[in-house]
Amino acid sequence: MSTITRPSRAADATGWDVERIRQDFPALHQQVHGKPLVYLDNAATTQKPQAVIDALTAYYTRDNANIHRGVHLLSERATDAYESARRRIQRHLNAASPREIVFVRQATEAINLVAASFGRTAVGTGDEIVISAIEHHANIVPWQMLCEEKGARLKVVPVDDRGDLIMDEYARLLGPRTRLVAITQVSNALGTITPIEDIVRLAHRENIPVLVDGAQAAPHQAVDVQALDCDFFVFSGHKTYGPTGIGVLYGKESRLERMPPYQGGGDMIKLVTFEKTIYNDLPYKFEAGTPHIAGAIGLATALDYMAGLGLDRIAAWEHELLEYGTELLQAVPGLRLIGTARRKAAVLSFVLDGVHPHDVGTILDHEGVAVRAGHHCAMPVMARFGVPATVRASLGLYNTPAELETLATAVRTAREIIGG
Amino acid sequence: MSELRELYQQVILDHNRKPRNFRVLEGANRTAEGYNPLCGDQMKLYLNVEDGVIKDAAFQGKGCAISKASASLMTAGVIGKRVDEAEALFQRVHAMLTSDSSHGDSTGDGVGTGEGVGKLAVFAGVREFPSRIKCAVLPWHTLRAALSRAAEPVSTE
Repeated sequence: MSTITRPSRAADATGWDVERIRQDFPALHQQVHGKPLVYLDNAATTQKPQAVIDALTAYYTRDNANIHRGVHLLSERATDAYESARRRIQRHLNAASPREIVFVRQATEAINLVAASFGRTAVGTGDEIVISAIEHHANIVPWQMLCEEKGARLKVVPVDDRGDLIMDEYARLLGPRTRLVAITQVSNALGTITPIEDIVRLAHRENIPVLVDGAQAAPHQAVDVQALDCDFFVFSGHKTYGPTGIGVLYGKESRLERMPPYQGGGDMIKLVTFEKTIYNDLPYKFEAGTPHIAGAIGLATALDYMAGLGLDRIAAWEHELLEYGTELLQAVPGLRLIGTARRKAAVLSFVLDGVHPHDVGTILDHEGVAVRAGHHCAMPVMARFGVPATVRASLGLYNTPAELETLATAVRTAREIIGG
Repeated sequence: MSELRELYQQVILDHNRKPRNFRVLEGANRTAEGYNPLCGDQMKLYLNVEDGVIKDAAFQGKGCAISKASASLMTAGVIGKRVDEAEALFQRVHAMLTSDSSHGDSTGDGVGTGEGVGKLAVFAGVREFPSRIKCAVLPWHTLRAALSRAAEPVSTE
């Protein structure tokens, strides 16, 4: 193991001081089963910095009121905080206008919104929707449901043995009947970073709109929807160090304008009579009912927190961790990494000879190491790689090289207990 | 670590490595599939039931050490038993796996202590691992489905 270089733990040349950053996350400082928590389940959900917890508390302590309706002061404050959150998120994504930022519950709801609203109007019998073989169920099932309803067909871009999309096949799948491409920027199960710029460019050459599932990308890198030129971009707050129950659908204004509402109710209307309803403007047309106001504020705070640390520095630190973790795990006998794409986010998915991932998960938990064991809501990915499940260690900005060493040691323990 | 050793007892590890009755049972007159969507465990159970007696039992599938050992020990345990005896055994095993260990057997009736389950008592440690109880119970739910001829695959969810 002496040949493996350990990334610097204290502040390195770039000023990344992980120990200081960890102080911002109260949940990290606890023991589980008598061991210090090593939280490596960040692709499932991330822990929250104190700033986010404080923002939620402050909102409920001081400003809580319903938005867009009260003439009273608290309602004005709540409305201001909610709309300011929308503008902060707009800037974070570099969207052209706050009208392009729709608050939803999470990436899953954002995709369902596009499937229901865009899909129902733009997709018909014999049309095609292109997804990839490494999608999360959230970016498969809504399209399957739409295809079933419309008599449309789902086309799947295959992946190679490393977990990279086969781009020649992708180009071949784009045809005159393709109505939408919906592909992830980062695979949750494998960590593959897809060539999303090429995916968008090739689709746009055929005038096909593209939805980017950014649920696993937004936590790890800067997002610029205008540079990407995607038509839709979706992500969840709770994977970007924000609260659960809040997420964002970004849509180009020209597209969202032409789409019918998703759900009916309050806030999405201008005028209602029993004969006719006039819908509200963007983005409110897509935000029926009282939204998760505190969640929106918490999410904006989380994204500001990430920006404060520096998105490029987060990506650089996580990349160092990924390389170190890869080397440590590859040195474990009988361990096989699933997903070795050329460009990867900080996800280490693996199987261990003779030991079921579920057993590895239990033993790791006893060593204080929280990972996910299972199919990661990506059963077609498991089928593609011929495994029923994997163990997945997914890293976040607060993880340390020492934690990866604990992981590797715990994996060896699992092998000793079960294997042999 | 001692809790882990309680969970992964030598008997369980042995049945995981060399599961008994791990085969397709030709001519089975009852079959059922069990599935744990959380972790991807899946199994198919085969039974040969004649005159209310389980003459033979076998299983196939993929699963963790707990579910595999549970299926292995379960099949070994029910072969030769009457259907109602197998059902009674299920009830005792289920009680053992799901009883709140902090209360022990304060009722004094032995329920939940693993009494009367024979070798299956090795699974008593599972109740300390709430996320793993489903793994141990899956084969048993599948057994009940096979005995009641349920058409739909059994799911732990």
